[in-house]
Order: sequence, then C-alpha cells, then structure tokens
Amino acid sequence: MKSIFAAVLLSILVSSTVVRADGRVVDVLYVQIERPSVATLSNLDPEPESLGTAGAMLAVADNNTTGQFLNYEFALQVESFEAGDILGAKAALAAYSGDYVLLDMSAQEQISLLEEADRTLFFNVRAYEDELRAEQCQKNLFHTIPSYGMRADALMQYALKKRWEDLVLVTGSKAEDKLFAEAVRRSAKKLGLDINQDLPWVFDADMRRHAGAEVPLFTQKLGDYDVMVIADENNDFARYVRYNTWLPRPVVGADGLRSLGWARSVEQWGAAQLQSRFSELAGRTMHEVDYAVWVALRSIDEALVRTKFADVDAVKAYLLDGIEVAGFKGRPLSFRQWNGQLRQPIALAHNSALVAMAPLEGFLHARNELDSLGIDEPQARCVLFGENK
Amino acid sequence: MKLLLVGLLLSGSVFADEIWVSNEKSDTVSVIDIDTLEVTREYDVGERPRGITFSRDYRYLYICASDSDAVQVMDANTGEILHDLPSGEDPEQFALHPDDRLLYIANEDDAVTTVVDTETRQVVTQINVGVEPEGMAVSPDGKVAITTSETTNMVHWIDTATQKIFANSLVDSRPRHAEYSKDGSKLWTSSEIGGSVTVFDTSDQSEIAKIEFEIQGVHPDKVQPVGVELNEDDSRAFVALGPANHIAVVDTSDYSVLEYILVGKRVWHMAFSPDWSKLFSTNGVSGDVTAIDLSNNEPIKSIKVGRFPWGAAARPTP
Repeated sequence: MKSIFAAVLLSILVSSTVVRADGRVVDVLYVQIERPSVATLSNLDPEPESLGTAGAMLAVADNNTTGQFLNYEFALQVESFEAGDILGAKAALAAYSGDYVLLDMSAQEQISLLEEADRTLFFNVRAYEDELRAEQCQKNLFHTIPSYGMRADALMQYALKKRWEDLVLVTGSKAEDKLFAEAVRRSAKKLGLDINQDLPWVFDADMRRHAGAEVPLFTQKLGDYDVMVIADENNDFARYVRYNTWLPRPVVGADGLRSLGWARSVEQWGAAQLQSRFSELAGRTMHEVDYAVWVALRSIDEALVRTKFADVDAVKAYLLDGIEVAGFKGRPLSFRQWNGQLRQPIALAHNSALVAMAPLEGFLHARNELDSLGIDEPQARCVLFGENK
Repeated sequence: MKLLLVGLLLSGSVFADEIWVSNEKSDTVSVIDIDTLEVTREYDVGERPRGITFSRDYRYLYICASDSDAVQVMDANTGEILHDLPSGEDPEQFALHPDDRLLYIANEDDAVTTVVDTETRQVVTQINVGVEPEGMAVSPDGKVAITTSETTNMVHWIDTATQKIFANSLVDSRPRHAEYSKDGSKLWTSSEIGGSVTVFDTSDQSEIAKIEFEIQGVHPDKVQPVGVELNEDDSRAFVALGPANHIAVVDTSDYSVLEYILVGKRVWHMAFSPDWSKLFSTNGVSGDVTAIDLSNNEPIKSIKVGRFPWGAAARPTP
C-alpha cells in the first residue's frame, strides 16, 4: 500500500520537474487516513488500493494539460497514514505551506485535524456525515462527496416518483449504517413517505450459505409493502437479500438500486470520456470517492484560472459565487454558500445501468433544483464555514 | 427528346437534395429526402458515429466512427465503406480544409488534434491540445484551424502552415462547437455548461460578444448550447440548446436572440438544406430530426431516424 503511494508521488514529482521552470506551481496536499478494515461476508468487491488517489492523478493530468497553455502546473503531494494515525496527518498538515488540502478520512478525523485550521481551503472527499455540513461544519471545509442526506433524498425522490409509498427499512449494525438509516427516515418524512416497519438486521449466520433459508422467513413477517430500503453501507448483507424476499419487492439502498455521487454507469453528458480516461489510468472503474477527488481538484483549477491565480480568499469567493464546474453530470456544478457542499446531481444506479439522476423532474426548489437534495440553508445552522481570517 | 426528359425527371426524383444523419447508438447513417422529408436509406457504419462531413464534390462522406477509432470514407453514391483513414483514438468531430484534402480531427480521449491527408491516407501531424478536444473548424481561407477543448475550456488557434498553436482563448465551460462566418472575420464557439456562445474577431482573437439564452419555463442549467450554424448571408445564427430542446435564432448584427424554436429532445447539431430554405436538427434523446421551414422558423416535421442522432450534413442533387 505504502509503496504504491510512494510511486504515485514520485511519478507526479518527476513529471513536475519536466515542465518549464518559470511557470506557476500550485501545491496541493492530499491527506489520507485509511479506513479501519471492515469485515464483510463477501469478498467480491474489495476496496481498490488506489481509491481516491487515482482520481487525484487524473485531475492533476487534466489540470496540467490546461497548464501547458497557461504556464502553470499542479504539484500533488499524497500523504497516506494507517487507520487512526491522526498525529501523522497533523504533522503532514503542519509541514505543508500551500493553500489547498484534500481530506480523505472520517468526519471525526477531519474535525480533529482542522482544530487549528488557517486560511487553507480544505476539501472533504470521503465523509458523508450531515453533521459535518451543519452544526459541526468547519471553517473553510468544502465537501465534494455528497452527504447521507443528499443520497437519501435522491433515493426517496425516486421512491415517491415510483409511488413506492409503503417502505420497510432494514438497518445494519455499524455506525455508518445507522447514519444513512437516519437520513432515510428524515427524507421519507420530508417527502411524506411512510416507513411502516423499521428493523435492525440481526442475523449473524453466514448468509453466503443461509440466505435462501433465513431471508424469506425474515421478510415473510413483514407482510406487504412496496419497497425495502436497506442501510448497509458496506453491502455486507444487503447483497443476500435481493431475490430472497418472501414477496417479490424491490430492494434498494445498499445493493440493487443505490444512490451515489458517481457510478460506472454514468455515461451521458460526456461522462463516457471521463470514465474511459479514468479506467485507462487506473485499470479499474471510477468510484464515488475518486470522482469527489477529481471534481475537487478540477474546481480548484477552474477557480484559479478564472480568477487569474488570485489569492486564496478570492478563490474561495469564486468557488462560492460564480463557478460553473463541468462535472459530466448534465448540469453546471457549484458550491452551497452556507456550508461549502458541492451542489450535484446524484446517480441512482444499479450495477449495470443508470436508472435516474436526481433531482428528479418535479422536485423544485426556490433557488436551484439541486438544493432539493440534502440539508437546506435554514436547517444547516452552520456557522464556522463562512468565517474568514 | 421525350425519352431524355423522362430520364431527367427520373434521376431528379432519385437524387433529391438530402440530409445525412449519423446515429450514435445504432452505428448507422440515415439519409433523409428533403422533398418528401422521409428516410430513404440507412447505411451501416463503424461504432458510435458522430461527426460527418462530405468531400467538396459530395462524392465521399467522411464519418468519425468514435469507438472504432477510425474515420471511415463512404462512397456517397452507393453507401459502401471504401476504406478507413488513420484518425487517432476516439475521433469525435472534424473539419475538412478548403483544399478538400486535409482533415483536422479532434481525438477526444487523447487530447490531440490529428491532421490526416485523405489522399495519401497518412497522418500529417498530431497537435497537442487541451483535454477532450471536440469543436473543429477551418477558416474559409484555410490558414487557421480551430480546436475547442471541453475540459480545458479553451479555443486553440492553429496555424495550418506550421500546424502549431499560435493562440489560446479561454471561454466558458465545456466549449463544444466552432463555426466561422463565411468571410472568415468571425468565429462562433458554444459553451455547453457555461450556457453561452462567444463570438471572436479572428484578426486578433479578441472577444466581440458573448450571447446568453433564456427560455421561459426552462431552468437555466438546462440551456446547454452545442451546435452553431450561420445562414446563407450570415445574418442569422442558429444555436442548438441541448436538453433545453430549443434552437435559438440570433440576429448577427447586434447578437440579440430573436426567438426560440421548439425541436426534439437533446438537440445536438444542425444542417441547412442546400437551398438554405430549411434547417434540420438532430435530437439525440428523442431519436429524431426536426425539419424547420426558415421562411417563418416553424418546425414542419419530425422525422424518426436511428438511435441517438448526432451529426448532420447536407448533400445537394448531384
């Protein structure tokens, strides 16, 4: 793992020395604290080792192509730490003197890291927590990964559109499962959908062997309903529920139909080009975190070019007012002024096709339809983000 | 004499003016008879055909078969694919030099513009441009070639004598199309995500005008300009607005928008009939072509073609 990151760093540093010396250099720091490993029943979908960093490499290559013509260059420094090594991350941040830092770590780690944040702009590329966009929001912390709330709203908009009004919610035991379930409950309430049964997943049998026996019995007890929403962020058990329910009902949320910031099945709006550039570089498909990293670096680039490389305060101002990022999602992307969240369509996709892109037609918002997804300004109560200097 | 007349009439009905359309997701080219507004033929071509253009004598059709990584050359009289040109990877759009010989091709996946000699079938050169090159044009005097790069948000000005970039202009997000005025004095470029069209003075690459669009009942985010075409005397510009499902009509004397014409879903590109009396638009999502009468700018028919029609080119009666 470490050696891969070293290689990433090396290749980028080498390429940076080739470019003319008189150009401007934009130093970007990418700090990653690995996730604690999660035991799942299936090993079919391991997390790619280059998750996130591959998105950074593509964005730097994209930005530096523009840089060739405008005589500037992005230099990326990747610092990766083992799970829990917040001190290492703090040291890396202390040693960095640039203006732009990408944070690939949990919400708690971000809060801890930003205790003494200064004028630097930070970009959260991994944590979904709504709190991090609300009362626990941080000064100068932007978010390019969508929140649990945005993902839940996208899913619930779709349920409403399909008139799946009687919902069953099944929640896994991990903290992240509970957070997504909470977002689904809030969203269902907001849109007037009924979660008539709200159950924890309690099995500890090996579902690879017993799903066919256990799941029908478990779901038989539920009676009739329209759709089952599963909150299982690691797709630990959800994959065994599909096609095993007592009644033939769709299963969404964690397996089957998922709501994500990016999916390999997003191909319209020129996205096929981004997907193929990415897979050529990374040897795999682009995941949501890769996209969050890519779009963060593209946003910084766009703001720098449009402000003619103004200082970081002007860049922040441009990010919050005026930017139109071309993010291959069919609409210009921008940032919410009250909490720095990237406004973006959310993909509703299963493994082999894109089903819809939220916001769905008819879900209006006074400011921007994209703001029908996630925490809106009046609810955010975010104070720290906008504080300057 | 009688016989000859009959013969002429017959040939007239067989060879009417036509609009040729590439269907991105059916790997075909559809041919529309302009008199009857019916599809008369559909030819199989390479994978994911997008840009199409005719040789000056309309004998050959060049086709960007993006996913076949080739530019195909079709005999327009028979529909037979004669050969492929080396095109570089993922050719999306191209422009034929007035010399009828050099093709300037945007290679979307490779950030290069490839120049191919259609006679020798050799690559003349490749020019490094920005990320995702797409819009292509060559000035009427042949001295300047244009590439727009979608992710770099730039218009690259290429000197065709040296095949080198001599200027770069930043434009709004995702520039997709470039079109010269007939006298070569102005260049029109569309920015899909920026929602605007920029007009340049080609003598010094300065910006003359930026045109924005507003359609009642359509969210501004969905106004995404792609194709731009200028009419016979350059008095009007027609701008295809993508998922806004409209074409804007622009007065080129003051760059004001005169009206919006409702067409099919996801309108990409357009072509005029050879007599300039009609305009045809490719509507990707609805899978059809809208024929517009330019005497009153009214749509007269939508013509079902293949899946995801993209490029369009007119072919006059030979």
